[in-house]
Amino acid sequence: MTTTSQEVERTKQRGQVSQAHLFRLVNRVRELGLLIVLLLIILIVGIQAPRFLSIDNFEQILLSVAILAIVALGETLVVLTRNVDLSVGSMVGVTAFVTAYFFKQLPQSNLLLGILLGCALGLVLGMVNGLIVSFGRVPAIVATLGTLYVYRALVFIVAAHTTLQVNASDVPASYLALATTQIFGIPALILIAAIIAIIVGYFLHASQSGRQLYAVGSNPEAANIIGIRRDRLVFAAFAASGLLCGLAGVLWGARFATVDATDATGLELQVIAAVVVGGVNIFGGSGTILGVVLGAIVLGTLQNGLNILNISQFWLQAMYGAAIIGAVVLDAFITRWVQRTILSRRKKA
Amino acid sequence: MKRLKSLLVSWEALLVLLLLIGVVIGSVLSPFFLSSFNLEYALPSNTMEIAIMALPMTLIIISGEIDLSVASVLGLASVVLGLLWETGHSMWLAIGVALLVGLVAGCLNGLLVTKLSLPSLVITIGTLALYRGLAYVVLGDQAVSNFPTSFTNLGFGTIPGTEIPWSGLIFAILVVIFVVVLHVSRLGRQLYAMGNNKEAARFSGINVSRVKLMLFILSGVIAALAGIIFTARFSSARPDNALGFELYVVTVVLLGGVNIFGGRGSLLGVVLAIFIVAVLQSVMGLLNISGDIQSLAIGLLLILSVLGPNLARRIQVVITRRPLAAGSSKQV
Repeated sequence: MTTTSQEVERTKQRGQVSQAHLFRLVNRVRELGLLIVLLLIILIVGIQAPRFLSIDNFEQILLSVAILAIVALGETLVVLTRNVDLSVGSMVGVTAFVTAYFFKQLPQSNLLLGILLGCALGLVLGMVNGLIVSFGRVPAIVATLGTLYVYRALVFIVAAHTTLQVNASDVPASYLALATTQIFGIPALILIAAIIAIIVGYFLHASQSGRQLYAVGSNPEAANIIGIRRDRLVFAAFAASGLLCGLAGVLWGARFATVDATDATGLELQVIAAVVVGGVNIFGGSGTILGVVLGAIVLGTLQNGLNILNISQFWLQAMYGAAIIGAVVLDAFITRWVQRTILSRRKKA
Repeated sequence: MKRLKSLLVSWEALLVLLLLIGVVIGSVLSPFFLSSFNLEYALPSNTMEIAIMALPMTLIIISGEIDLSVASVLGLASVVLGLLWETGHSMWLAIGVALLVGLVAGCLNGLLVTKLSLPSLVITIGTLALYRGLAYVVLGDQAVSNFPTSFTNLGFGTIPGTEIPWSGLIFAILVVIFVVVLHVSRLGRQLYAMGNNKEAARFSGINVSRVKLMLFILSGVIAALAGIIFTARFSSARPDNALGFELYVVTVVLLGGVNIFGGRGSLLGVVLAIFIVAVLQSVMGLLNISGDIQSLAIGLLLILSVLGPNLARRIQVVITRRPLAAGSSKQV
């Protein structure tokens, strides 16, 4: 094809492609990019260590990603509103410890009761965050940096007054089975994460509140003018993040069985890495659930790959940091490109 | 403007009051609080690293940015120092390289924030993880602790003939320099201008990018210096040194009355806040409260130092039944 005909083709496309379409295109490209990165990791690690490619190992990866993904989904709701929740690691820690301790003290109690307890506890912690941010008007970063340490201290206080560590032998098998049961050959943990992802994805895509969440993040003033109640939505996003952290905490206790007060410390960095790598704009207003899930899977696969290649786990945290920075830098370039494209199109029109 | 000034003065008066209350409670709760050992040694040195890192943080927050990576830079500088000493290099070289590490780390933060105009909040969360991760990569789960006495004196020792610890002298010198820079020099006025209105500051001829880059480099170097003092004080270089100290640094600055959105605040308030946190830590330490639970108080203090004034303003609005003035939306 000659240069001229290419240009003609492009101009034609420009006329047809709407702005919204362009954003959707960017999202698809990002998701495709993540898939390619994922395949590259699998290929590179797989060539050097064939056992990486076993079904068993993929199941292990998904198991380790499941909890991270659930927390990342909640974080996504918060980040979409142009806020951030740094307290997720501590919320998971609190609920994991309290739930495990609950089952240790009352091994005969109903499984569902323990799950509900964990979720309710997470919800309350998330609502506290939401109240401070949306009604107390404290910037999310300050509020959740504070609650990160307050909630973590709560676990230490609870642990100091109860038991320093809950062991696998202390809790009923039915609780541990939450992580190990298989339904149609798929571990329940993975199924739960998948169901949550579908629910959150559907909510964001199709419900009114879901769309309003995007509106609040992409242009708070405009959202205010068209009558969206921003405070309530931000509050709800933090509450939902807490609720999902509560669920993740319950599952954390079931999966790792041995729980102490330091569990899930620093999880917030992995979660934020998964969210921004997954293409959620840190300024709010754009991002997809599919992207976030892929982001979590990419990070989980990378972690597993490092493990299998016997590369020191000490590299992991540095890697999360690099992933956050890399994703944000990439996003900045994409945003600039989109803006420039829109601008040049307007000039032509 | 007058009301703003009176608010600022009253905030600092409140801090003085808080400090006095803290001292009274401390001396009531523990007979050791007012002992000469606690006052001269434990009280100032326990918060020394936080205190010196709070100085550049004040400037950065006033200019409208934030640096959450300071504690990680501290840790990274500490392990680099330890590694160089252990591999047989001179202490002076180790200190020099550690400071250089801080400079490079700060420079990377600054370049990412200014050249790509990315939010410092997110970038420094990323480098918080990156620098701490690199600290683990450098030293693994090991620790270096066989430092020479001449070096650990920097943390433990006092200036010959006096009772003033070396690190106290470093802090005092830095405070004087920072007060001059922020409250006397032209650069200080530029920082306030940038924090209040970045665009207006640029149009009035301030090279916003360059000033911010300098601030982040300064923050990195000071964090590395804090890392050297920390290493000397505990005679130990570990990758998890000062883990989570960014909470304390940010708390001190915001408690000192610096506006999180930039443009307002003074070093007097921050220095007062440093003393309040030092007293609080000392009291909790004397009461045998563990570090993990101490951070509960610091976390609450951080939230309350922003929430308190906001709620006070809301209540004031309700009482006077007056809608918020148009200009005050930024403070909220």
